[in-house]
Amino acid sequence: MSTATERAGVVGRSADNAGSLDVAAVRADFPILGRRLADGRLLAYLDSANTSQKPVQVLDALSEHYRLHNANVARAVHQLGAEATDAYEGARSKVAGFIGAASPAEVVFTKNSTEALNLVASTLGTAGGRTRPIGPGDEIVISEMEHHSNIVPWQLLAQRTGATLRWFGLTGDGRLDLSSIDALITERTRVVSLVWVSNLLGTVNPVADIARRAHEVGALMVVDASQAVPQLPVDVAALGADLMAFTGHKMCGPTGIGVLWGRAELLEELPPFLGGGSMIESVSMERSTYAPIPHKFEAGTPPIAQAVGLGAAVDYLSALGMDAVAHHERRLTDYALTRLAELTEVRVVGPTSAVDRGGAISFVVDGVHPHDVAQVLDSVGVEIRAGHHCAKPAHARFGLQSTARASFYLYNTDEEVDRLIDALDRTIRFFGVG
Amino acid sequence: MDLDTLYQEIILDHARAPHHCGLRVPFGAEVHHVNPTCGDEVTLRVRLGDGVVDDVSYAAEGCAISKASTSVMCDLLIGRPVDVAMRVSDEFMALMEGRGAVSADEDVLGDAVALSGVAKFPARVKCALLGWMAWKDATARVVAGESEQQ
Repeated sequence: MSTATERAGVVGRSADNAGSLDVAAVRADFPILGRRLADGRLLAYLDSANTSQKPVQVLDALSEHYRLHNANVARAVHQLGAEATDAYEGARSKVAGFIGAASPAEVVFTKNSTEALNLVASTLGTAGGRTRPIGPGDEIVISEMEHHSNIVPWQLLAQRTGATLRWFGLTGDGRLDLSSIDALITERTRVVSLVWVSNLLGTVNPVADIARRAHEVGALMVVDASQAVPQLPVDVAALGADLMAFTGHKMCGPTGIGVLWGRAELLEELPPFLGGGSMIESVSMERSTYAPIPHKFEAGTPPIAQAVGLGAAVDYLSALGMDAVAHHERRLTDYALTRLAELTEVRVVGPTSAVDRGGAISFVVDGVHPHDVAQVLDSVGVEIRAGHHCAKPAHARFGLQSTARASFYLYNTDEEVDRLIDALDRTIRFFGVG
Repeated sequence: MDLDTLYQEIILDHARAPHHCGLRVPFGAEVHHVNPTCGDEVTLRVRLGDGVVDDVSYAAEGCAISKASTSVMCDLLIGRPVDVAMRVSDEFMALMEGRGAVSADEDVLGDAVALSGVAKFPARVKCALLGWMAWKDATARVVAGESEQQ
């Protein structure tokens, strides 16, 4: 077999703790990894922070749902309706178990992280719930390393309500500057919303510590866990957050399905987000009453098959063990950072050691624009992302317009990291900047 | 894929040492265009005189393709009558949006012919068009301003 497979086997055996990944076996589950690109190029998919690939177990679950169990949920008396409802609610239970939620009712399905964060920002500023809506004089705290999806909804909320948006700055090595935390999170703060693992810098933020400060002043802690849930064992009880958003497609699941987790009593206090079918208890021409959580937040026909697919993804990750997934990610990140340091023309943006760091590694190549880097890498089948990664303020913080980013997941190998390094070397020579 | 088709030597030369760059005065209109997917930006000024493109000056942040394309564009358009310049830019845009099915007329497009390969890379077409769209916008503004004054 190929060198990749042999090396992957070595990875599995050499891992220093129990429950390490058999990467060769994992790779065999992902049909796309076996395909060739144009001109027979071998694929090295290093863009999983953008979206992950899907194992055959998820593809089969989607297909089987549509082939055998398809019907609308929570409204049909017939057998197919019951099967579809069971599958949809079963997926909710799986997700709840996966993140340590107290009950499945704490898991709201959305279309993605962005919608989950918009749900929170929108409902916190809307009257009709049991808490005072955010308004003038209130403050919202975010950070400079947020994805646009955790910036723009809060800007919109501040504009709509007259609240003030404040943010954590960043240190030179790409960590949150916590030196002013007590001045930033104050009695005026109503909500703190932070990314757990940065999609640009890879930084893992000390969410529990910041949540403690937020709770001291009576503020809510919202966590964007889009890059965290795919890679780390998650226990929302230990995290200390009140609300957490993540998305299915970055964790081996389909696109079109995301999750908002929230403490049950908090979700119950919030007013509805979108109105429509399924989210109601009763409707008259004058007014409506609403369904209990989580359905209060799921207006209209939900992404049923996508939820089923996400449930299969959760089963897949659970069977491998999230400790093993996290260990593999950390080891590959460490290897990639070490090898990138060999290239003097390459500068990593973000922490340069694998400590408190996820596997998204953004970098610049001196004298070569990230788009051109990605183009040369694609010419040898190494697929990375180039651009601002929906994190323009974080780029601006480091005086950059864009970066190139390689990111890893459970199916990536040392050999693919080696191919990245070789391709970068080729890029440097191609543009004559070495 | 052959990288040399995309990055022809003439393109790399323009990208390394772009022609006509820098912002100059006087100018008739200034525009700022952004490629929202990658964050590339160009600030571009146009000066027209007696129906002729007197000057195009710019400050840009971008990839080799976008830099080379803007540089080649200035070579092609500066000194040309506005109507001719508009026809050249329309021809270039048609080439870029042709998915490789449109053949380039070297008599009209000069060095810009070297960018033909970009048309086969849909993700890069916007890079090649950034400066041209800015030029078209700025020129339209100068023309509109002139007709208002008349």
